[in-house]
Amino acid sequence: MFSQSHPSLTKSTMPMKPVLEVINLQVTYYTDSGRARALDGVSFNLNAGEKLGLVGESGSGKSTMALAMTRMIKPPGRIEGGQVIVDGTELISLPADQMQKARLSKIAYIPQGAMNSLNPIMRIGAQMMDAIRAHDNKIPKSEMQEYCLNALESVDLKREVFRMYAHELSGGMKQRVCIAIGILLRPKVIIADEPTSALDVVTQRQVMETIDRVQKDIGAAVILIGHDMGLMAQFVDKVAVLYTGRLMELSTVEDMFTDPKHPYAQALISSLPNLDNKGVFQGIPGIAPALLRLPGGCTFHPRCTQVMDECKVRRPATSTLANNHVVECHLYSDKV
Amino acid sequence: MTELLEFRNVTKTYSRGMFTRTSNTALHSVSLKLTQEEPTIVAVAGESGSGKTTMAMLLLGFIPPTTGEILYKGQNINQLQGDERMTFRREVQAVFQDPFAVFNPFYTVDHLLSVPIKRFKLAKSKQEARSKMEESLAAVGLRPEDILGRFPHQLSGGQRQRINVARALLLKPRLLVADEPVSMVDASLRATILETLSNLQKTHGVSILYITHDLTTAYHIAKSIVVLYRGSIMEAGDVDAVIKNPQHPYTQLLIDSIPWPDIKRRWGETAIQAREQELAQFHNGCRFIARCPFAMEQCTTEPPLFRLQEHQAASCYLYEQNPVIDPDKLSELLPT
Repeated sequence: MFSQSHPSLTKSTMPMKPVLEVINLQVTYYTDSGRARALDGVSFNLNAGEKLGLVGESGSGKSTMALAMTRMIKPPGRIEGGQVIVDGTELISLPADQMQKARLSKIAYIPQGAMNSLNPIMRIGAQMMDAIRAHDNKIPKSEMQEYCLNALESVDLKREVFRMYAHELSGGMKQRVCIAIGILLRPKVIIADEPTSALDVVTQRQVMETIDRVQKDIGAAVILIGHDMGLMAQFVDKVAVLYTGRLMELSTVEDMFTDPKHPYAQALISSLPNLDNKGVFQGIPGIAPALLRLPGGCTFHPRCTQVMDECKVRRPATSTLANNHVVECHLYSDKV
Repeated sequence: MTELLEFRNVTKTYSRGMFTRTSNTALHSVSLKLTQEEPTIVAVAGESGSGKTTMAMLLLGFIPPTTGEILYKGQNINQLQGDERMTFRREVQAVFQDPFAVFNPFYTVDHLLSVPIKRFKLAKSKQEARSKMEESLAAVGLRPEDILGRFPHQLSGGQRQRINVARALLLKPRLLVADEPVSMVDASLRATILETLSNLQKTHGVSILYITHDLTTAYHIAKSIVVLYRGSIMEAGDVDAVIKNPQHPYTQLLIDSIPWPDIKRRWGETAIQAREQELAQFHNGCRFIARCPFAMEQCTTEPPLFRLQEHQAASCYLYEQNPVIDPDKLSELLPT
């Protein structure tokens, strides 16, 4: 398992087959007060080396998306349907033991606040070796150690960090340790859930530069989850906007910032602060609906400025505009 | 007229160790004034470890300064007693960074809102207390029926943070210390919270000390800004001047590291000089010396503040041809 993922052995022979395909993914949480559809039919593709930004308000399903793709949804949540295909392997129907092997070697997930999840009484190196051992416990220890040291160096940390404890590291360094663990087995897809939300700007830039570099090193696709649109503008190639578990819009980062189509995406973009509109606070009116009592039709219609009668009764179909710009809105349903 | 708040040469040193005392200067000789007549918003910016939070703690009277004094309406806040202390406690309110840490998990959120009402006798009846709570929750964009009676673990980070702002609003303070109030809140709600804070200053005459590492929001909400690095003031002045035309090498690095939500403006033109681990040793000179690309021999003695223009000053020898400004006069630089 482990040796297969070594760089010299992974020569991509299939050109431009998406490394990640998510097809109609559906996740529902069964709570005492009813069913909450946290993800409602999300589909997208991602090529190797591409960076996708997943944005949305809290409760829009961003983290559920990451958990569903790594099959870590816990009851009362359930994956109701859909497929996640990473590098030709369908993950949703995979037996549990193989799924465990696939995590980290095919798809790595760096959860939100990962840096606080390092074990305080274990040396960094021991925690890293744990991850390798879970996939292949026949590798000699010295070789394992070498992998870990290389991973640490690739995220710009000194080799000494291997012998250190978490409390001896700063926030940015801990976050980079988590990235190092994430890339240990050279996964095809890396999902980073708000990797820099607790870090200040200079450290944030260092961490993002690190992710960028290791991503190029191993040629993986990256999904960056977050709500910082500034970070998205600077880092990703494509942006997906989630709202109440639905993919409202997916386009290249240029299109998203210069020509957003969905009224929600438009409001999101214009709510951003920049140097030219000082003192203008343009929030999005209204409150995101609770998943337990979603409005009918398009879930954004109560807050939408361009609402039509149709929006209240029927959920819009996905329209694909020029330049693979995908949008779920009635305004564009007849312009395909 | 006495000042609303005055920092007089405040230094805070944290010491540890019994025999070999090692000390860490978190705040180094800072003077600052806020006037009573004109409520304003002053931003205090800097990365982690810059002394921002120490400043908030000192101002709230949670920790005493090592040297210097902090005056509220002309009286030293560490010597307030009785009614005066109660007034200070009501008029100076805080919103903290971590919306997860301030709630007691055993109580519903009503507790957080009703305690200050009882403590300061703001309501005569239960109905009045209830309507005050609902009013302040609505002011921060929350539905009271969704919030009241819930436990903190049932609410999202954004909701909890807005409850904290609502609690501060409830008391109609004169001075609000906002320590990173939006760093854990969604982008679309950020605008709403910032607008609430801005209205608080405009309509209720509340002065705000806005502590942040996010210069974009500082730029939008504040009139003036003080940039701290490792406890010392690096640059101060009018927010427009400092953000659009930063002069101190540290401010330049900070501003260059902001991920602007603008795809035409790329970040990261200046390289980040030193990594965190090399910065451990303490310097008597300019605190930024280890990372500064322009570091000179002169920088090993502490640079004073040089006045660059009417509303901008930087503590850097690059500008030694400019007149030196007395640190006590810092507040003259800050426009109100």
